[in-house]
Amino acid sequence: MSDAGTQEQAAKPFRLLPRVTPENEHFWRGGEHGELRFLRCRECGYWLHPPGPVCPIELSRDLEVAAASGRATVHTFTVNHHPWIPGYDPPYVVAIVELPEQEGLRLTTNLVNCEPDDVTIGMPVRVLFDHHDDVWLPLFEPDPDADG
Amino acid sequence: MADVLERRAVVSGVGQSQVGRRIDRDPLDLTVEASLRAIEHAGLTRDDIDGIATYPGNMDTPAGFSGVGVSELHDALRLNLNWFHGGLESPGQLGSVVNACMAVATGLARHVLCFRTVWEATAQGGGGRAAVTMGGGGGGRGFRAGSFMQWTLPFGAPSAANWIAMMAQRHFHEFGTTREQLAWIAINARANAGLNPHAIYRDPMTLDDYLSVRMISTPLCLYDCDAPADGSTAIIVSAADTAPDLARPPVRVEAVGTALHGRPSWDQFDDLTTMALRDAAAMMWDRTDLSPADVDVAELYDGFSFITLAWLEALGFCAKGEGGPFIDGGERIARDGVLPLNTQGGQLSGGRLHGYGFLHEACTQLWGEGGDRQVVRGGGRLPEVAVAAAGGGPLGASLLLTRS
Repeated sequence: MSDAGTQEQAAKPFRLLPRVTPENEHFWRGGEHGELRFLRCRECGYWLHPPGPVCPIELSRDLEVAAASGRATVHTFTVNHHPWIPGYDPPYVVAIVELPEQEGLRLTTNLVNCEPDDVTIGMPVRVLFDHHDDVWLPLFEPDPDADG
Repeated sequence: MADVLERRAVVSGVGQSQVGRRIDRDPLDLTVEASLRAIEHAGLTRDDIDGIATYPGNMDTPAGFSGVGVSELHDALRLNLNWFHGGLESPGQLGSVVNACMAVATGLARHVLCFRTVWEATAQGGGGRAAVTMGGGGGGRGFRAGSFMQWTLPFGAPSAANWIAMMAQRHFHEFGTTREQLAWIAINARANAGLNPHAIYRDPMTLDDYLSVRMISTPLCLYDCDAPADGSTAIIVSAADTAPDLARPPVRVEAVGTALHGRPSWDQFDDLTTMALRDAAAMMWDRTDLSPADVDVAELYDGFSFITLAWLEALGFCAKGEGGPFIDGGERIARDGVLPLNTQGGQLSGGRLHGYGFLHEACTQLWGEGGDRQVVRGGGRLPEVAVAAAGGGPLGASLLLTRS
């Protein structure tokens, strides 16, 4: 990493990061390419999350990495007020968002670029990526292009 | 109905150690105290104990979550065991008790000492804020999260408080549940704790107290979260045919529920408003001819207040989505209400004994040994049927218990 890159990283708020493995790196590093990536079954089109070795529908092993649209709706959320982790300064919004690609395809994430009081269930959001070291965390923000 | 093997099991005795905040006693010391009290309560001696079951078994992290495993207690009491079990991956804390029921039902053991020891008050007091796991690897720079925690820790959601808060928020959204309604789980628990000399928080709580205390993770405030404690609870599960050897008519195990039909996940589970409690409760009622209307007292897990509301709905004490109106005002769930709830003060006011406290209290009520907090039903009748349930999220089990 360049010195400039190091400084950029150092200026960012601290984040605990996931352990990247061959099984999950498509998800945690997809943001380098601007994509929210999942495993998807080539036979039936089912999206897997978390990733696994086999499609749970018909047990096919014919899986590929595919990019979702990056759009989602807020399934539920909480405004966290408790300082659980040093460096994570409350209040901040934790949400479970659901992706339009498949009913029940959800991520736990943070909602950013909006006031906590303005968050509502059903709100349209879109992905953006927060880069730390070798990980691009998928966060979500209000989607200005969504209908309604 | 198929042969319901859990009916070959009974609860023969219960015991609890000193319980409190940072009581500065070794967790094995507390466990031995609870165990010996339970053995004596059952009218047995340690030579009768031939099984041990515990949840979650010995683990170093999170700090104080488990201070004692099977082996330490086994060796401290120098027992001769025919069967033993300790483990985290079960239908919640009471999964260990269900395993014990099956061990005595199948003849692997005669008297199983089941225990749950928590030491979180002391451990968190000494080691900083350690109420949350860092994925089993501790915290600090260079740490990377694995397994389920990789999906939540990076987003600052390390605690079940965050995960359950999002389930509660979804329930609020779908059914119009309010904080003013949820408050009654906490207020009711506090009122009952006032009658329990062993409870940690015993001063009365008002709705205003609840609504003005600091928020933890919306919509859950401090009083929606249970209180870390030090303490041990022991339950003796015995084969039903040992009843003549026991100190008192044992509590019968009528049915258990242990099912998890959705995904084993805190955020991928299909219906976040019911959690796995839906499946455990349905299974329990499928194994008995009794119904929710027969229940005299309900002891339902309150690691967070919303979990109790979800158990009330799952167990059919009210319809799905009707939990808020059911508890509103607290009359139905008071000791003299239609469904006395968490009569020892729950974990919210009694201390986080992690599931086993509810089973201890259910048996205590069925034996009529509740002292000032003893529930008396219409006509002066002691409770005859109780439910004890523990767990939340993708973890949960319930037991239906009856007086002999």
